[in-house]
Amino acid sequence: MSIYPYVVAAWLLGAGLWGVMSSRNYVHLIICLTVMQASTYVLLLSVGYVSHGKAPIFADIPTNSVVVDPVVQALSLTDVVVEATIVALLLALVVQANKRFNTVDPDAMTRMRE
Amino acid sequence: MNGLLALLLTLVAVVGTLAVAVREPVRQTIAVGILGLLLSMLFFALQAPDVALSEIVVGSLAIPLMLLLAIAKIREQQKPAEGEPGDAHPGEAEK
Amino acid sequence: MTRGRRAVAIVGVVLLAGGLAWGASGLYDFGHYHALYGKIVARDAVPDRSATNSVVVTAFDYRAFDTLGEEFILFVAVVGVAVLLRRLRGESGRDEDEVAEEDRRASESTRWIGMALVGPLVVLTAYIVVHGHLTPGGGFQGGVILMGAVAFVAVGGESLVLLHLRRTSSWVEMSESAGAAGFAMLGFGGLIGAGAFFQNFIANGTSGLLTGGFIPLANIAVGLEVGGALMMVISEFFDQRLHGQAT
Repeated sequence: MSIYPYVVAAWLLGAGLWGVMSSRNYVHLIICLTVMQASTYVLLLSVGYVSHGKAPIFADIPTNSVVVDPVVQALSLTDVVVEATIVALLLALVVQANKRFNTVDPDAMTRMRE
Repeated sequence: MNGLLALLLTLVAVVGTLAVAVREPVRQTIAVGILGLLLSMLFFALQAPDVALSEIVVGSLAIPLMLLLAIAKIREQQKPAEGEPGDAHPGEAEK
Repeated sequence: MTRGRRAVAIVGVVLLAGGLAWGASGLYDFGHYHALYGKIVARDAVPDRSATNSVVVTAFDYRAFDTLGEEFILFVAVVGVAVLLRRLRGESGRDEDEVAEEDRRASESTRWIGMALVGPLVVLTAYIVVHGHLTPGGGFQGGVILMGAVAFVAVGGESLVLLHLRRTSSWVEMSESAGAAGFAMLGFGGLIGAGAFFQNFIANGTSGLLTGGFIPLANIAVGLEVGGALMMVISEFFDQRLHGQAT
């Protein structure tokens, strides 16, 4: 049971990757990318977890108590907001491509010759 | 590792798989919203309140909202070409 | 998916799963994390900076350079969204009367709630941003809540306000640029004032809000930037809905 979070993170990554590879709609592809991003957050935060540790905010607990790792949390917290903006950029690209080619199917778009 | 963490991890895996397996974009958006909420609960259980605060707003509000707006725009752009309004599966004509 | 592509995909996913399992076997057991960097930061952040939120101290002081990189990713992505979606505005748009007419079809109560929530959300943003170094919060969290205010107004149905906002004022773009530039300027302040880029050059205060050196200033700069960036993105997406419907 002590490797369960890593298994869940790997499962999410694999499922998201499978969805990206087998997708027939660009919006579905972007959502699978979001699932892959979620797996990285789960992995980072699970690596830093300490059993019976508290949150690393020392406002009301003594400074020498057992806390979870703050460095991976600092990495994850900037990451969540930035990846939402990346999803926005991808959606803007899909909307523009749909206006140009009138389809959101990846296979149809690769078959086009201009 | 206690039962709450195990339950939340299992739920995250299940909802993540659902978000990939469902093919229609609007239903997937609901799954992504629920995934964001479950992820923020998981982050609280992993003792990470800062990350959970960001994930609540982003995963439940920003990403589903942007997805729905983009889907609506794509449907509206594809209406004249297909000739029938309200087609529920844009882009899946080739199979 | 064709059969050849499916076979290649299965092989790829199996290799990835095998590689992940092999890599994960070298990780610590869940809950027994022993690396030293986190322990040193957790022990020394409070005496060093007199700020109690060690995650924010790590993200905005010890690793401020990484946060600068993430901020610039945010900035460039928002510039990309603006460039892509504004070109589409050449389509026939609707004028204000049509938008006001459609607004009247939305439920009156949701429009009122959307507008009424703007005030409390701005106050909540200011609280979370300014107290970032003491309690959970900081610039990123405050910025996304500010974006939530614009989202509630538009989702409630009051689209006329958004239309006016986009056409008459550019303070959203100015706040985003000011935030990004402000954070970079703090780095240069560290270079000038203390000899290293992003070194904390303001002395610690005694207690309360004014501790932590330049961390409150960094939080405010990041809050302005993230709030401005996400508000711009959401209003671009809503603009597409408002303008793009050809009649």
